[in-house]
Amino acid sequence: MRNIRTADVTAAIKEMCIEANHFLAPDMREAMERAAKEEVSELGGQILKQLKENMRLAGEEQIPICQDTGMAVVFMEIGQDVHFEGGSLEEAVNEGIRQGYTEGYLRKSVVRDPLIRENTKDNTPGIIHYRIVDGDQVTITVAPKGFGSENMSRVFMLKPADGVEGVKNAILTAVRDAGPNACPPMVVGVGIGGTFEKCALLAKKALTRPAGSHSDIPYVRDMEQELLGTINDLGIGPAGLGGSTTALAVNILTYPTHIAGLPVGVNICCHVNRHAVRVL
Amino acid sequence: MNEYRITAPFAQETAKRLRAGDYVYLTGTIYTARDAAHQRMYEALAKGEELPFSIKNNLIYYMGPSPAREGRPIGSAGPTTASRMDKYTPKLLDLGMIGMIGKGKRSEAVHDAIRRNGAVYFAAVGGAGALLSKSITASEVIAYEDLGTEAVRRLEVKDFPVIVVIDSEGNDLYETAAQAYRKQA
Repeated sequence: MRNIRTADVTAAIKEMCIEANHFLAPDMREAMERAAKEEVSELGGQILKQLKENMRLAGEEQIPICQDTGMAVVFMEIGQDVHFEGGSLEEAVNEGIRQGYTEGYLRKSVVRDPLIRENTKDNTPGIIHYRIVDGDQVTITVAPKGFGSENMSRVFMLKPADGVEGVKNAILTAVRDAGPNACPPMVVGVGIGGTFEKCALLAKKALTRPAGSHSDIPYVRDMEQELLGTINDLGIGPAGLGGSTTALAVNILTYPTHIAGLPVGVNICCHVNRHAVRVL
Repeated sequence: MNEYRITAPFAQETAKRLRAGDYVYLTGTIYTARDAAHQRMYEALAKGEELPFSIKNNLIYYMGPSPAREGRPIGSAGPTTASRMDKYTPKLLDLGMIGMIGKGKRSEAVHDAIRRNGAVYFAAVGGAGALLSKSITASEVIAYEDLGTEAVRRLEVKDFPVIVVIDSEGNDLYETAAQAYRKQA
């Protein structure tokens, strides 16, 4: 058994909230570079250049890449041989978010009740997903999620008979409907299988997989590549103003499902696809 | 597609010259309001009260900034999705608002109100909040301070870059631009 102090969790999450909102991970920076070289529309190319300049300014002058610094989504993969000491883990995670968003000049975008809508003024609580894994380490992924693209995300409960074509159509429908609202070029996270909630969670998790990486499952990898091409042929383009770069990546995760079902979750993210990872 | 430098606020004659696809640099005064501020303004109008600023010939920027660091006028300051304000926009246009700055598609009712009033809908590039903040020289909360980032702010802007998406004749760049690059049915 290994002891980990919850104060260390707080410190790591605080730093990751600030880092993720000012610097994109290398995979996203490379994907944007590639897109800028390949974009065929002149206006689209100009917009991609502006987004690169935006990224440079964000890092150098410590201005968040986007004013929507998101709701803090935190994936905690906890080794089963870990023991936390020093108080509640849940409170430690939220304290990290609180400190990161308050001290890091990040926007507070969370309301306490979805209908009464009073701002909590410190961006807590976060959305925390725990998973118990083997070993004695804790892997923390912080993925602040903006809502322009979150609002365009979908769950489709397809029939087994809909098959691969049905899945592709569902993904294309979500992307087409998202259009300019989701701040393209976007990253498309997809979860296929599981249950109603599992496919949505897989789709969210898929967004944290590096852009440019592919599934180990051959047919899934083929589908990722084919869909990226089809989506870019929609012509939506950077900022939705036309062009050949509508998506930077399509990341698909799958899971076993029920004989009667084919759930598909499509979680859309803008080009500010933020994720920071640390191992304690 | 033309390029213009325009001073805000501006009158209908100026709005009517603009065409979907034009690139515009705005200088002058604009106001911010997003979901919660729109709801409050809407309720104020329903009660027969005044809006917190004169809407005539003014632009509303759908934006809630991140906090400003010391010595800076504002934090990150890019556009939010405009369609969430569709419910409130026709009324404001009918009261003389000259246009909006946001991102994303608008409803049929907003299209109609833009045509009816000779107004304009601009897009700023979504997710370019750090870059856009550089064109904002001053920011002051003028109403609903309790709403935090959603308060109404008066902004002074200099060469703030926007693109005309819906013009006074109802042309919509989102519809035409994507068609030009579409490779499938």
